[in-house]
This record gives sequence, C-alpha cells and structure tokens, in this order.
Amino acid sequence: MDPKYKRNYAFNGIAVLLLVGALFWSRGNLDGYKIQIMNLIAVNIILALSLNLIYGFTGLFSLGHAGFMAIGAYTCSLLILPATYKQTMFLLQAPMWPFSVMHAPFFVAVIIAGLAAAFFGFLIGLPVLRLGGDYLGIATLGFAEIIRVLANNMPRVTNGALGLKGIPSYSNLWWNYGWCLLTLYVMVRLVRSNFGNALKAIRDDEVAARAMGINTFRYRLTSFTIGAFFAGVGGALLASLLTTIDPRMFIFTLTFNVLMIVVTGGLGSITGTILAGIVITVLLEWLRFVENPITFAGMTVPGVPGMRMVVFSLALLFIILFRHQGIMGRREFSWDWLFGLFRKRREA
Amino acid sequence: MPNSDAVLETDALTIRFGGLVAVRDFSVRIPRGSIVGLIGPNGAGKTTCFNMVTGFYKPTEGKILFNGQDITGWLPHKVCSAGIARTFQNIRLFHTASVIQNVMVGARVRQGTTWWHALLNLPSFWKEESELREKALFLLDAVGLKKLADEESGGLPYGAQRRLELARALATDPTFLLLDEPAAGMNPNETQELMGFVKDIRTRFNLTILLIEHDMRVVMGICEHIWVLDYGVTIAEGRPEEIRSNQKVIEAYLGEEYVRDA
Repeated sequence: MDPKYKRNYAFNGIAVLLLVGALFWSRGNLDGYKIQIMNLIAVNIILALSLNLIYGFTGLFSLGHAGFMAIGAYTCSLLILPATYKQTMFLLQAPMWPFSVMHAPFFVAVIIAGLAAAFFGFLIGLPVLRLGGDYLGIATLGFAEIIRVLANNMPRVTNGALGLKGIPSYSNLWWNYGWCLLTLYVMVRLVRSNFGNALKAIRDDEVAARAMGINTFRYRLTSFTIGAFFAGVGGALLASLLTTIDPRMFIFTLTFNVLMIVVTGGLGSITGTILAGIVITVLLEWLRFVENPITFAGMTVPGVPGMRMVVFSLALLFIILFRHQGIMGRREFSWDWLFGLFRKRREA
Repeated sequence: MPNSDAVLETDALTIRFGGLVAVRDFSVRIPRGSIVGLIGPNGAGKTTCFNMVTGFYKPTEGKILFNGQDITGWLPHKVCSAGIARTFQNIRLFHTASVIQNVMVGARVRQGTTWWHALLNLPSFWKEESELREKALFLLDAVGLKKLADEESGGLPYGAQRRLELARALATDPTFLLLDEPAAGMNPNETQELMGFVKDIRTRFNLTILLIEHDMRVVMGICEHIWVLDYGVTIAEGRPEEIRSNQKVIEAYLGEEYVRDA
C-alpha cells in the first residue's frame, strides 16, 4: 500500500481516539446542559451531512428534511417505548396494532427508523426527482408538511397532537458520536468514489452526465434515499435525546436549521458541514441571551421570544450576500493538505 | 469507402417541433471505420440530428439503427452504453471537478462496482477504481493533458477543454464518436493538430467518427463522405470533391468565393 495511505489511516485512527478521549473527559467534567449541547452537535452534523449529500453534492434542492426526521423519530420512539407504557399514554384512542406491541433494542430501532425514512424517501423520490430546481424544493416541502399533518391526525399511531412522551433516553454521547462517525465514513466513501464523481457531474451539468452514460434519475434517487436514511437516523437519535416529540416539532424551521448549517459550511464540503454544525449549534444556545431582557446603559430592552431566529436569518442573509460559498466552499480538510502546509513552512 | 458494413444507419429521420419541421427525411449510412462529416449553414439542423442519434430528442418519424440494432427513442445513457459517445458544440465539462475526475465519470458507464461496494470497502472496488484511474491517465496522456490531471477543469484554456471533452468521450469506450464542431475557436495550428489527432484516434481506438464542422479545411481534409443539410433537408451527399463542386451546396453554404479560392 502507498505509505501515504498508511499514514492517513494512522492519523484517522488517532483522530478517533482523541474524540473518544474528549468524550470520556466531557462525561466526567461537563454539566448536563453542556453535554446536551454536545449531543445536539452530533445529531445536527448527521442531519446536515445527509442534506449536504442531497443538496450540496447532487444538487437536489430538497426541503423535506423535517418530514424524514419525523418518520425516523416516530418509528424509533414507537419501537423503544414499552408496550404497557404505550397503552396508558395513548389517551385519545388506543394504539393500533402493530404499533402497540412492536419493540426493538435501541440500535436496531435507529436502523429501522432510518430504513423507514429511506423507504419514504424512495417513494416520494420516484415522482418528484423528475422535477428540477425550485419545483423539487416546493414538492419536498409539501411532502414534509403532509407527514406533519398525518402525524397530527393519526392518533392511533402517533397519539395525535399530544405527541409521545417519556421516550427512553438511550441516546447519549456514545450513540450520537458513533452514528456521527458512521455517517461521516459513509459520506466520505461515497463522495470520494467514482459514484460520488458521477453525483457531482450531475450537479455540474446534467445533459453532459446523461451523454456520458449516467442514468441521472437513478443516481439522484440513490443519493436522495441515502440522504433520507440518515435524516431518519438523526430524527431517531433526537427523539431519544429529547424524550418528547410532537407534530409541532417538525415544522419547516427544523429543516431551515439544517439548511442553514449546510449553506454556512459550504455546499459540497463535508469539512464545512462539520465546522458549521459545531458553530451553529453552539450559537443557537449561546444566543438565547438575546431573548432575555437586556439592561444596557440604564435602558431596559424587553426580551423578545424568537429573536434568536431573527439574528440567525440575518446572519444567513449576510453569508449568502457576501460569502455565498460558505466557510469552506467546496474545499475539504485532508491530512495531505495539512502535511503539505508544514512542508511549505519548513522550506520557507 | 473501407467496407460496406454500416455502423450507423438512419432511415428517413424527421423531427417536428410544433409546426416546424427541423429535420426532414435524414437518411445516412455510415461505414465502419470511416470519418464522415455533416455540414450546412447555421440552423440547418445538424446538432438536431446529433441529438436524435444520441437520444436527447425523439424523432417524430424514422428509425435509427446502430450496428443493426434499432435504438430509436432510447434514452441518452442507454445510447452511450451501447457505444455512442459525443462532444458538445458549447463545451460541457463538469467544471468543478478535476481534469481526471471528468474522464473517470466518462469511464463510469463501464464500471461494475458501485456505491455499496465503496461503503463495504471491498477489494474489488479498490481494484476497479485504480484501474479506472490508470485508464483515465492513459487517455489524458493521449490528448496531452496528463500533467494537468489534478487541475480544476473549469480553469483550463479553451483548446485544452476541447481535448478534455474528447478524452472524456473516449473513456466511455465508444465504437462510434460524434464530434460537434471540434475545431471551433481553434487557431490554424491547433486545427492542423486536431486533424491529425482525429485520424490517429480512429485507428488507435477502432472508431467510426461523424463530425459537424464549419472549418472547410477540416471537413475537406479528413472526411471521406459528407452530407449537407439546409433547412433540415439533405441537399447533397458524396465525397469531398463532389461536394465542393456541387452547385446546390455552393449556393446554400459554401458561396462562390470559397470555390474561387479553392
């Protein structure tokens, strides 16, 4: 094997070990609030990576992420909630079979949640992926809205507007970062393979891609379905992390948050998505202070709920106006790049 | 003509866009191993013919036979995997991808392994990816772009972009190649080189080549047979010297001046 590959494998291993060490450290030294933020970072990175595959790498403007997350979240929750608990929680109507009795361990439940989302992604993709550009955005947005309304109006499956409560909180740093690493692995492998080259080719010039023998519809559908899978996984992890879900949670704002991470990081950059995932998740929490009353120079400004999102929307506006390629553009971090940097410095 | 075995045969291809007949009764028979040309004034329907053969347009009437097989109405990606590759009049590269990635996308149609082989990290996947890389480098070498393999393709000079598009088309392992104005925007030197190159790849890769071209030095220099389109109608066909002296072609396209100079 190329010694460069060996070195890169070794450094990947070291990076994973460092992450494990950091997680151990934070479990012992950080309070519950900070750990929750760290969990959210991992989940947001999973969601943003999956959207970046669909939007950034394949060029499919999809706004259906909240829908896939809802499918994943409900599927996983119904699988890990104990059957007896479900009977007492469903106040409006008794739960329908098989949702009333189905049960699975957490890991299996998350995978099934992903598969359920992927299945719906495949079904919705069949008709709508023939559309291009903005039309696709509108169609997927409609899909997410349909899922939310269905969740609201199928009390025997979802407990309607009351939502699901007391979901076992299996989701922790290990699960979330484990899934995050797995998602990262899948994305890197896909994007760097010749399959990934073909996806980017479709994004760059669909006509030329078709002339080069690429069945663009099939590639788009594959990318969309894989993206939907990880959106479902993210939704499942989020449900177990928050322990409560209801249909109102899956409104468009949820998609918007993920989209914001992808655009900020750079469409078509995995590195950018990870950086933006960390920065934006932390800022979303840290900026809560703008919603509290602020006393400044003797004047008291009353707190406005939702002010955070105004700040974020403005920030997104500025990014699109002044740095529309995001933090990283389409560039990626690599060990080769890092070592090249050191070499250059030594030579200088 | 080298032999009577035809690679491509079209039978009275006609395409209508609404009330407009863009191409009427286009019938050609292209012998295996030949280089043939399609000429005519702007808007005569040359590129439309290309688009029908490569599956981008579905002809309203008529038939297309490729190696004796009826491919009328096939989708572009199927036509390509059958062995027909093309370049475009306005260069269409995957501009954000590197030079070698462009060629590898062309080779994708012959690749057996796919995304889940990549995820499972299978040895067969790695073997095939590195074979494709070798193949891409070989083709880049053939068009003289090997040194630029890792450059972004959008930043290449115009002539290099044209050659890259050719390498990408060759990567699909075609038996029949359609070139849409390969000499457009090239200076006389580059044009001369291109003529040699086209002849060269025909023998090296066992190709049959159909080209659209406005540069008469290229057309008359390398084509063994020429079809002339005007307003969608084939007004003449024959060997270069026959075309050059055809009164209809002179009136519609070449002009008196060209004939006097030649």
